[in-house]
Amino acid sequence: MSFMQINDLKVLYPVRGGFFNTIIDHVYAVDGITMEFERGKAYGLVGESGCGKSTTGKALIGLEKITSGSIIYEGENVTNKRRSRKSSFNRDVQMIFQDAHSSLNPRKRVKDIIAEPIRNFLKLTPKEEERKISELLEIVGMPEDAKFKYPHEFSGGQKQRLGIARAIATNPKLIIADEPVSALDLSVQAQVLNFMKDIQNEFGLSYLFISHDLGVVKHMCDYISIMYKGRFVETGTKEDIYTNPQHIYTKRLLSAIPKVSPIGREDRKRERIRVEQNYQAQYKNYFDENERVFDLTPISNTHAVATTSTKKGVI
Amino acid sequence: MKTNELLKINNLHTGFRIKDTYYDAVDGVSLTLNKNEILAIVGESGCGKSTLASSIIGLYDQNKTRVQGEIFFNHKNLVNLSEDEMNEIRGFQISMIFQDPLSALNPLMRIGEQIEEGLMYHTSLDKKEREKRALELLKQVGIQNAERVAKQFPHQLSGGMRQRVIIAIAIACKPQIIIADEPTTALDVTIQAQILDLLIDLQAETEAGIILITHDLGVVAEVADRVAVMYAGQIIEEATVEELFTNPKHPYTRSLFNSIPQMNLQSDRLNVIEGIVPSLMNLPRTGCRFSTRIPWIPEHIHEENPVLHEISPGHLVRCTCWKQFHFKTDKGGGTHELYANK
Repeated sequence: MSFMQINDLKVLYPVRGGFFNTIIDHVYAVDGITMEFERGKAYGLVGESGCGKSTTGKALIGLEKITSGSIIYEGENVTNKRRSRKSSFNRDVQMIFQDAHSSLNPRKRVKDIIAEPIRNFLKLTPKEEERKISELLEIVGMPEDAKFKYPHEFSGGQKQRLGIARAIATNPKLIIADEPVSALDLSVQAQVLNFMKDIQNEFGLSYLFISHDLGVVKHMCDYISIMYKGRFVETGTKEDIYTNPQHIYTKRLLSAIPKVSPIGREDRKRERIRVEQNYQAQYKNYFDENERVFDLTPISNTHAVATTSTKKGVI
Repeated sequence: MKTNELLKINNLHTGFRIKDTYYDAVDGVSLTLNKNEILAIVGESGCGKSTLASSIIGLYDQNKTRVQGEIFFNHKNLVNLSEDEMNEIRGFQISMIFQDPLSALNPLMRIGEQIEEGLMYHTSLDKKEREKRALELLKQVGIQNAERVAKQFPHQLSGGMRQRVIIAIAIACKPQIIIADEPTTALDVTIQAQILDLLIDLQAETEAGIILITHDLGVVAEVADRVAVMYAGQIIEEATVEELFTNPKHPYTRSLFNSIPQMNLQSDRLNVIEGIVPSLMNLPRTGCRFSTRIPWIPEHIHEENPVLHEISPGHLVRCTCWKQFHFKTDKGGGTHELYANK
């Protein structure tokens, strides 16, 4: 049973021009996406830079104005009502940012940074708050004395863990993680990913994992949506996407991922070129005359692909 | 120097001055680069791989940096060359591809002019010929409408196009050595694949030697011929790419491989390397530098002064600790139970 639904979400940026600087066009940053979130599942949002995946995340949490569409959280419409929400939406949906360094206020101590969501949403006495902060630091594996330090005193991985500590302070149900590990080294990345998995298992968290790294997404997520030009080209379970990709864009993306083995790399290069040619040749079958991605057509219970309406049911 | 050796680095030390003491970021690196070869240098941030690159091409702050050792190129020791002599080589025989193409390009110059700049310094071509050559280069790096792009400014191009322009500038004078410092880190995977394929094709054409600096083992597996793994300023393992990926020896290399979220492997937990890379000032200058990150391996297994051992032809491993290395079996991580009970 899903606790949160997104229906036909659109975020449009106006393009101004002309004599009176009127709105002459729109940039379709997010162009009608529909998703559902279930408890304890991780959802991956994958796409190249500029496809609108970060905008989606920001729109969900309320950092971006939604043009049309709706977000339903536990039966309540919470679209664009950041301040006046009666439900616990603001408390239950938290975000981890890509650049941990710039998401932490450099003039605040760690304890004040982590205390911020606690002070906003939980009514705790100073003593309880103090204890809660210590607990959170312990969860993310940081020493107790980190409380009194400033963000610049920590390494990249540690800063990202502080960001996670802040995000889980209010016991959220959904964490939107926008490229949480792409700025980190391999070993540190492993640390953060393991840790995110642990807290997911323990607290039944859901994740919306926004990333361009398909390896990381495969490791973390149950469901994956591939995004291109503000729309979904393919959604499905991890197995659907990786073992049975249908859309040419997904195929192209998968073929471009470097494998961690030098064996057979010549073949992979030839395969890449073949997929790329295929992509150019079949472009018209997958995108309409305005180069817009078609609507999703379900091909199984979990798997949906954006193809021409004529092909509906054929694949 | 052997005939196919392009570059030979002997015991290179590059140190930075912090409060009147020099701390070596590159600490005794010896490497050779052969003709028609892609040598990858892998390591985490702060391991000295970019410092190594800037030492070769001479792009460091002379007042704060001390470079010792030998870098032989064409029977010249690059370390001892004056700034003017270095300028002759830089961009002509040795060129560089940078990580962030936007900040490497001059925002106020047209693309064509930026490509011509190197040609102007290093060749005797006149203006017409340079323009023609610039267009050729743009086509060579896979830019279709070269005439238009040559008249554009960097901000008008996409990230992949900019990186192609950077590569065009780097190969403009047909260099013998190209140093590529994280050439695809700022790019999307599809663009990354295109740029890497382009690099391989260009290398096959020009027979240049490429030093590829990266932290992405996937990229290494796709393009490199030989790999050197760096940790804390030293090379800890060096081998051909097949050997390193099928038969890694050093604990650090093995740990790195185990922390990759594998595309085809279904393991729930990734390997985590304990601790952090020691900072330059606190670096232990004796003993195995990786020992603090594998504390469950007893002290006496490490060498006192680890050196590179050739364990099979072309496969070098530092220290002897790899022989008895094993991964920690205890999964640990009991700290969260506390939170769960609340």
